[in-house]
Amino acid sequence: MDDGRPIFLQIAEQIENSVIDGSLPEEGQVPSTNELAAFHRINPATAAKGINQLVDDGILYKKRGIGMFVSPGAQAKLRQRRRDQFAALYLQPLLAEAAKLGIHTSELKSMIERYEENR
Amino acid sequence: MSTVVRVSGVTKRYGSVTALDDVSCELQRDRIYGLLGRNGAGKTTLMQVLTGQQIATAGAIEVFGAHPYENAQVLRQVCFIKESQRYPDTFRVRDAIFAGRMLFPNWDEAFAGRLLQDFDLPAKRQIKKLSRGMLSALGVTIGLASRAPLTFFDEPYLGLDAVARQLFYDRLLADYAEFPRTVVLSTHLIDEISDLIEHVLLIERGRLVLDESAESLRGQVVTLTGPASAVDTLTANADELHRERLGALTRATVRGRVEPGQARAAGVELQPVSLQQLVVRITTAEQKEHVS
Repeated sequence: MDDGRPIFLQIAEQIENSVIDGSLPEEGQVPSTNELAAFHRINPATAAKGINQLVDDGILYKKRGIGMFVSPGAQAKLRQRRRDQFAALYLQPLLAEAAKLGIHTSELKSMIERYEENR
Repeated sequence: MSTVVRVSGVTKRYGSVTALDDVSCELQRDRIYGLLGRNGAGKTTLMQVLTGQQIATAGAIEVFGAHPYENAQVLRQVCFIKESQRYPDTFRVRDAIFAGRMLFPNWDEAFAGRLLQDFDLPAKRQIKKLSRGMLSALGVTIGLASRAPLTFFDEPYLGLDAVARQLFYDRLLADYAEFPRTVVLSTHLIDEISDLIEHVLLIERGRLVLDESAESLRGQVVTLTGPASAVDTLTANADELHRERLGALTRATVRGRVEPGQARAAGVELQPVSLQQLVVRITTAEQKEHVS
């Protein structure tokens, strides 16, 4: 796990990523706290904190005595949230570096297009 | 959350040496604690006081609501695995396992058997003929199989190779998940256990200098590298632990929040500091203060 951020946030994010890319489908069962703890070699209380945050967010819900499941509509909700964060997380550093190097926005646009074509 | 251990204002002196200096803390039920600090900081003394093997010079101690000294009611619930555990000369591995079965009400014999196999410990081998690593593995086996509601591991890894240590951490985590209990891990291998522990207790020169949840410590200490003026501005309100300089470049390690966006905009690189580095920085800063 990465040192800088709380582990429970990283656990929550990994589950979110699986929901966004569809590998954890809506109504699908999420690994248990103890499974997550053993897999990531972390304290079970920390894994539980990550799961609980997703429950509070409405991304997961609990079926009593069975486990945690992905809520209906979770995928769309997470996509929207990540879109809202996209500019701050990815555009801002890109534009800051571009400004440092004297790359204008129009030049940046054509760079992105060229990069897409050659990919 | 219930409290299993209460320590208030505990001081322990050996002659002119103060091993513990007015230590106060609590241990909660079913948590894993990391008891950290340099050699001679007072970690072992604290564990000895909590397990009734030493008497504090001053202060009050409660373990499961009572004083542990010569209190069988309390001590049956406590397991203390010492780095330098001595066994009777004639003891074989199986005799130590038998003693564990007699001493601990929650002892799991099948689990002990699996651990002996995992660690390749021959039950018939005489304990005085075990290698350093095997001796540690025996301690780890007894500590885990005891399932004591309060288990102390004092540097349980001496002589254990990386594979055996990982085995210990994995078995501890899996068994703790199934049978939660309070575990205190005293160790110098902080990087190896930083994700396992829920709470950090750091002792330096007999004083408790850190008593915080491991999660809240993450990201609390950062290293900034960049132009000196930018670094100074960003760290104006933070608690500085370390600073070095190379030409126009300054590197500062501080405790406090630094906004990543602001740092990036100022051309300053932000790096998280691991728990191990944090402990090194805090204990070195304390030492400097002590000397000056």
